[in-house]
Amino acid sequence: MTGSPADLTLAQAGRALRSGDLTAVDLLDAVLTRATLTEAQLHCYLRIDHDGARSAAVEADRALAAGDDLGPLHGIPVVLKDNMCTHGVETTCGSQILAGYLPPYDATVVARLRRRGAVITGKANLDEFAMGSSTENSAYGPTRNPWDPDRVPGGSSGGAAAAVAVGSAIAGLGSDTGGSIRQPASLCGVVGMKPTYGLVSRYGLVAFASSLDQIGPISRTVEDAALLLEAIWGHDPADATSYRSDPPVIAGDLDAGVHGLRIGLVTELSQAGIDRVVAESFRNTLTGLASAGAVIEEVSLPTASEAVSIYYLIAPAEASSNLARFDGVRYGLRVDGATADQMMARTRAEGFGPEVTRRVLLGTYALSAGYYDAFYGQAQRARTLLIDEFAAAYRRFDVLVSPTTPTTAFLLGEKTQDPLTMYMSDVCTIPSNLAGHPAISVPSGSDADGLPIGFQVMAPALGEAVLFRVASAVEAISGPMGRPVVDAVAS
Amino acid sequence: MPIEIDIAHVARLARIELDEASLRRYAEQLGVILEHAARVQALATDGVEPTAHPLPMINSFRPDDVADSLDHEEVLAAAPDREHRFFQVPPALGTP
Amino acid sequence: MSWEPVIGVETHVELATASKMFCGCRVRFGAPPNSDICPVCLGLPGALPVPNERAIELLVAIGLALQSEVVPRSMFHRKNYFYADMPKNYQISQYDVPVCRGGQLDVELDGISTRVRIHRAHMEEDTGKSIHVGTGGRIHAAGSTLLDFNRAGVPLAEVVSEPDIQSPAMARAYAQQLRSLVLAVGASDARLEEGSIRFDANVSLRPEGTDGLGTKVEVKNMNSFRSLERALSYEIERQRQLLEAGEPVVQETRHWDEEVGITHGMRSKEESSDYRYFPEPDLVPVVVDDAWRARVAETLPELPAARHLRYRELGVEPQVAAVLSLSTDGLAELFDAAAALGADPRMAANWLTGDVRAHLRRDGGDLAETGLDAAALAELSSLVGGGRLSPSAAKEVLAGVIAGEGRPGEVATGRDLLQVSDRTEVETQVSEVLDAHPEEVTRARGGEEKLVGFLVGEVMKASRGKADPRLVAELVRAHIAS
Ligand SMILES: [Mg+2]
Ligand SMILES: [Zn+2]
Repeated sequence: MTGSPADLTLAQAGRALRSGDLTAVDLLDAVLTRATLTEAQLHCYLRIDHDGARSAAVEADRALAAGDDLGPLHGIPVVLKDNMCTHGVETTCGSQILAGYLPPYDATVVARLRRRGAVITGKANLDEFAMGSSTENSAYGPTRNPWDPDRVPGGSSGGAAAAVAVGSAIAGLGSDTGGSIRQPASLCGVVGMKPTYGLVSRYGLVAFASSLDQIGPISRTVEDAALLLEAIWGHDPADATSYRSDPPVIAGDLDAGVHGLRIGLVTELSQAGIDRVVAESFRNTLTGLASAGAVIEEVSLPTASEAVSIYYLIAPAEASSNLARFDGVRYGLRVDGATADQMMARTRAEGFGPEVTRRVLLGTYALSAGYYDAFYGQAQRARTLLIDEFAAAYRRFDVLVSPTTPTTAFLLGEKTQDPLTMYMSDVCTIPSNLAGHPAISVPSGSDADGLPIGFQVMAPALGEAVLFRVASAVEAISGPMGRPVVDAVAS
Repeated sequence: MPIEIDIAHVARLARIELDEASLRRYAEQLGVILEHAARVQALATDGVEPTAHPLPMINSFRPDDVADSLDHEEVLAAAPDREHRFFQVPPALGTP
Repeated sequence: MSWEPVIGVETHVELATASKMFCGCRVRFGAPPNSDICPVCLGLPGALPVPNERAIELLVAIGLALQSEVVPRSMFHRKNYFYADMPKNYQISQYDVPVCRGGQLDVELDGISTRVRIHRAHMEEDTGKSIHVGTGGRIHAAGSTLLDFNRAGVPLAEVVSEPDIQSPAMARAYAQQLRSLVLAVGASDARLEEGSIRFDANVSLRPEGTDGLGTKVEVKNMNSFRSLERALSYEIERQRQLLEAGEPVVQETRHWDEEVGITHGMRSKEESSDYRYFPEPDLVPVVVDDAWRARVAETLPELPAARHLRYRELGVEPQVAAVLSLSTDGLAELFDAAAALGADPRMAANWLTGDVRAHLRRDGGDLAETGLDAAALAELSSLVGGGRLSPSAAKEVLAGVIAGEGRPGEVATGRDLLQVSDRTEVETQVSEVLDAHPEEVTRARGGEEKLVGFLVGEVMKASRGKADPRLVAELVRAHIAS
């Protein structure tokens, strides 16, 4: 083995742990050393759980030595976006209102990771309550892009994506409401996948928009994403929106190639507002897929052009209600007042940052008497239109594709003054959330400055098998991503 | 045209106490966002059923079984203010 | 002008489940504060609700008992408003598609039955409890509010009547009957003193004989049937005085103050009615198909309305049948058992709803602790029917049986109440009495019918009430005719 174990893929690390070339403790040390070298500059983590991670790694080594193999995640350092509850480990959602909050329980995905021997390294930075596309909305300061620290890592799962890119974690879990896994994965040059709605339990994920939120993997390879997804998915009786049927089968399909597959190129997500260099990379990948035997045609989803509008009514509406519980009564921040009502109103004013405040107000308005039907109600009907258009497209195509984001990583501060422009960076990712479909971003090259570009594959509900199969082909066409600059400095 | 909203009323509904300058700023920003979002109103949705949820599921229930509750001390330890086994807040006036 | 009240009642019923509506926390009354709480019912970040299937079934049972339509596909909505004892600052409730729609309850009052239509019955979760402490103990003078979330998330059925109720007394009768009904189907323990059944009322006035609706006022905080009736009477009078003085009635929520006996307006917040209902995205639709509905229907006991009809067909007097069919203390079951053993229905029903019920009320007793059972009622009935016991003596025997003095025959013998129906013995008494009243006998023979009654009464007196009155009458007439 050359270089640091922190640069191994999940699958490689798993093999090294089992061959005895590596221990979980050594792997954790390598990852935390990388964090020590990079955190001051990048700020991927809100909290590194040194003690918890070390004892998990020691236990993973002991179990493996005893022949008790818990599967692919056994001994693997995984970072969690800080909106997943961890028992006794501070969980803030990047918000002042939850500063110091220690959940009394583990999220279902966290419990599953622990049961499968994963080593949870800590909690990654995010836009406050997952609302944002740059991780600049964290109350604890932004995360920077490992490829260029003047630029954002994307968001809202920017901390986890940057950590996986730079090697301060082998893989991570993010949450994706409108692209919050795929967009930062694209900007950081890693794989990010949003599963079918209902496939992964949301129990213990602090809700942003309940009908859109899904937890999913962030990793260095498509294979790693599949391994991580398989470790967390499946029915959870604690989530009433969790699928009861068995999850799809991915294994064995990854290398099946794309010969004969019908791939639809979504017109509305591939033209307007897409940067020239992103469009060019996208076309190159398509050419590669065609050479590999895929049948590629254009398909129109007219309502996808309005997906951002639909999303910015539905998501804030749900958020305004989901975030009502942060009131200073039972946990978190409290700013005093003469009455309970005043205490709540002051706590929320002080505890929420500007973007969260904006969306809570927006959602409150969209649901309020006299406006419900014109805004929230109409957005719900438009959502139906989009779902119907997807259904028609999937009768003709196995998967749909588009760029993941219109641009490569933008500069810190570039879009913070103009919320609407920021929202538009999710234009390609939002449609799959509205439909509840799986989608994945795979690195497909970089621009002249070396900034990563992502290629998005979308599939119908529970179409994870074909999704990963095409993603794997895209990965093969694009070749391995290089390493971020800071990584080179660090090693 | 940006949409005008009664921002003070909305902030009150959302229980967020904002000063005049903040209210004006949010009113302006929301007006622009809503102007864009209002594009959904141009879509032809007559006779289209609203989608509340992307899942085709029904009847997700749990059996009526008692499960363990949390230890009250662990929960109350997170409370900003408590009195014995109670959470404590400034007087909650009126009725909801 | 004369005014008539228009009243609708909203009833919240805590359902008799073992665990809460959306989590596994225990449902019980009187546990130490914040014992029965978990991430779900405490609204902790990340927690999700999963509905209790049993709660849905109990609501369906209530709906079937009210002859509601069970809506094939219903939904949960969030009702958004801030209050410190509501953990999520929204209540999971139902909005435009409740589990049960429509229905009716026939309310018996003073022997008259009035049909009160039911608007809907829906599912929701309860809030926690606020205790306002500080100076005076009054809400407005409170120094702080203490919160206990044991009750948060307890399943509630909310039953909403149409405004078909015409008086405070009828509102009370409606409430009592609805309580009997939820008890009968086993949907709730419906204890008013523990708040497991709670009544709010809407009331408005309109000119007598008109159809329009006046401005309605919601009255809350009544914790007994009596206070429901009192609060409505007060509120009707308050509104009448306003209207007659030409002043408007303000649409508002008013609190009933039991001690002072008045309602007072709550400070109404301008946004209070904007609940921003929207479909609960953490939950999927509830589909109650025919098979499920039929399963619930099978578990339903005989309902008060059906029971009432059956008792009337057995010859029980209307008012007695009403009381008996709505009884919740085992009287109806005892009646059914006694009737099955051959007791005279009319007699048994009168005893049960009269003396027996009065005894239970007075002594707060339990039927099972008395000596009264179905066999005793049947025996008592046959003693009366066979002429061995007079109706008035039967009441005395009944008291003895309840007091545990023994079986009816034993008590009657012990208290020397058995009637003399031995012909020879009665004959002797009749002869003695008639001999003592020659003048009256002569006039009776002359056709003065009322003197027959006098003579019978004298014989009864002489027997100290023990003679069988029918036999006495027969023998007196025979003597006069001879
Ligand atoms: Mg209610
Ligand atoms: Zn609970």
